Amino acid sequence: MSDIGIKASATSLNAAKPYNYNKRMEPARVIRWTILFLGGVVMVMPIVFMLSTSFKWPHEIYNLMIIPDDPTIENYTYVLEDGRFYKWFINSLIVATITTISAVIFDSLVGYTLCKFRFRGRMIVFVAILSTLMIPTEMLVIPWYLMARDFGWLNSYWGIMFPGVITAFGTFLMKQFFESVPDDFLEAARIDGLNEFQIWWTVAMPLVTPAISALAIFVFLGNWTAFIWPLIVTNDPALYTIPVGLTTFSVEQNVEWELIMTGAALATIPTLIVFLVFQRYIIRGVVMTGLKG
Amino acid sequence: MHWYHILSIKQKQVVWAWTFLSIPVLFFTVIRFYPTFGAVLLSFQDWNLLGSKTWAGLENYQRLISDPVFWKVFSNTFIYLLLGTPISLVISFMIAYNLDKVNFLHVTIRAMYFLPFMTSAVAMAWLWRWFYQPVPIGLFNNILSSLGISQFPFLNSTFSALPSVLAPAVWAGLGFQIIIFMAGLRSIPQSYYEAAQIDGVGSWTILREITLPLLKPTIVFLVVFSSIGFLRIFDQVFNMTTNDPGGPLNSTKPLVLMIYDTAFNGFDMGYAAAQTVVLFTILLIVSLFQLYIMRER
Repeated sequence: MSDIGIKASATSLNAAKPYNYNKRMEPARVIRWTILFLGGVVMVMPIVFMLSTSFKWPHEIYNLMIIPDDPTIENYTYVLEDGRFYKWFINSLIVATITTISAVIFDSLVGYTLCKFRFRGRMIVFVAILSTLMIPTEMLVIPWYLMARDFGWLNSYWGIMFPGVITAFGTFLMKQFFESVPDDFLEAARIDGLNEFQIWWTVAMPLVTPAISALAIFVFLGNWTAFIWPLIVTNDPALYTIPVGLTTFSVEQNVEWELIMTGAALATIPTLIVFLVFQRYIIRGVVMTGLKG
Repeated sequence: MHWYHILSIKQKQVVWAWTFLSIPVLFFTVIRFYPTFGAVLLSFQDWNLLGSKTWAGLENYQRLISDPVFWKVFSNTFIYLLLGTPISLVISFMIAYNLDKVNFLHVTIRAMYFLPFMTSAVAMAWLWRWFYQPVPIGLFNNILSSLGISQFPFLNSTFSALPSVLAPAVWAGLGFQIIIFMAGLRSIPQSYYEAAQIDGVGSWTILREITLPLLKPTIVFLVVFSSIGFLRIFDQVFNMTTNDPGGPLNSTKPLVLMIYDTAFNGFDMGYAAAQTVVLFTILLIVSLFQLYIMRER
């Protein structure tokens, strides 16, 4: 009897436990659910208003209605006819994709090496890389700018990308995850005659794919939304990324809020779609990186 | 490749390890360590980007100490931290604590809270800037006026501008903190709660005596992570105050915006570098604080 009682009360503490049908409609639970749901609605409201306004005519933006009386795609036509948004979109896509591929490969290679190889200097390299986490990007932007200027990297994709092609955080994260790969697997591959590069790529890497996808999502999102460095390193509008382009565009529009909202929506929609499609993986990735990082 | 075959297995491993590490070690040296020392060195120099650098000793730092704008900015930066971190942590904990107990539409509600985290700060800054406009444009003032409440100045008053800039940053960060808190809550062994239930302990005591103490690693991680985020706030301020960066009257200007302004509008590189050294020192203290708190684990 008491056993059942414990289980029933534990239900309220752990959502993973099955329903207790007697308690299901308890008023406190209904109120909790309602408040949480309304809170969630409040959280998404700003995004809903952004999307709604992007489909409104200028004279309608004062209207608090979420569904416009007379929806229009005129704003999108106007913003896209400008042509610059395509360019900025492509720039962001190129920069974020290449940086992500590079960071995933190098971070896992370094993480793997620091985790699975025994050699003199291993700890020094690890601590040195880890210590760079303490150095804020904002401290480095001035020297990076001078470096980019001297090497002619201003206004180039490489100029935007170079600070992020390998990350200390990703290195640390991957090292943590490679701990879970048994050494026996690697030893077996070694006996089969694979070289160390093949062992890393064909044996170890497939075993940590969840970690790789988590890292990839973070690096991509970080580069997609990155602002201060692209702002500094580019002054040619043809090389702006979406956030920098959006800033310029919005300043130009001044008070045409329906156009600014359309630009903001164009910058936001891609990541929102990615989230809605890969929700479970992204949440799992946040948890994995948050707990290991 | 003849030399490779005469190496022992152990020696071969060393060769492979350094081959794998060669490019990254070069990268971290050239792109992280060298610029760090470059920034520190520059903070002792005077340079306008065009002429030649001259040695300035501690001049830049003395100038900082006697610059009233710097002290305004310094206090703003800490106000962002002192408002942002507690508010966002308390809200996200309350949501996570309750969401953890909810089954019906759990995934959907979680997604609603997480969605803002996936947006770009620049886009959201412009969105919120629109919300803050006076009637008849801004959403918030339109809602207030439809309720018969007088207008609120939001970004136009030195008193309310900073919290107004902070709000979208808190809003966008909540989802991340909620997910981390929920993971922390799930990692607390169920048996602790069961034991407390047998002892007939109330839910408030369970929260205070079991949940919060066992969540300490999660809380410390989130305090440090979000503190560093608020100390580095820039995107929101830059985009919400483009007509008067950091305004009105520097009331929203954080350290990073002052650095950006000094370096890339004033071309006062040495002075800007000294400001980055101050930022670095603050962030270092925060990180060391984390290590100190977590030392017993």
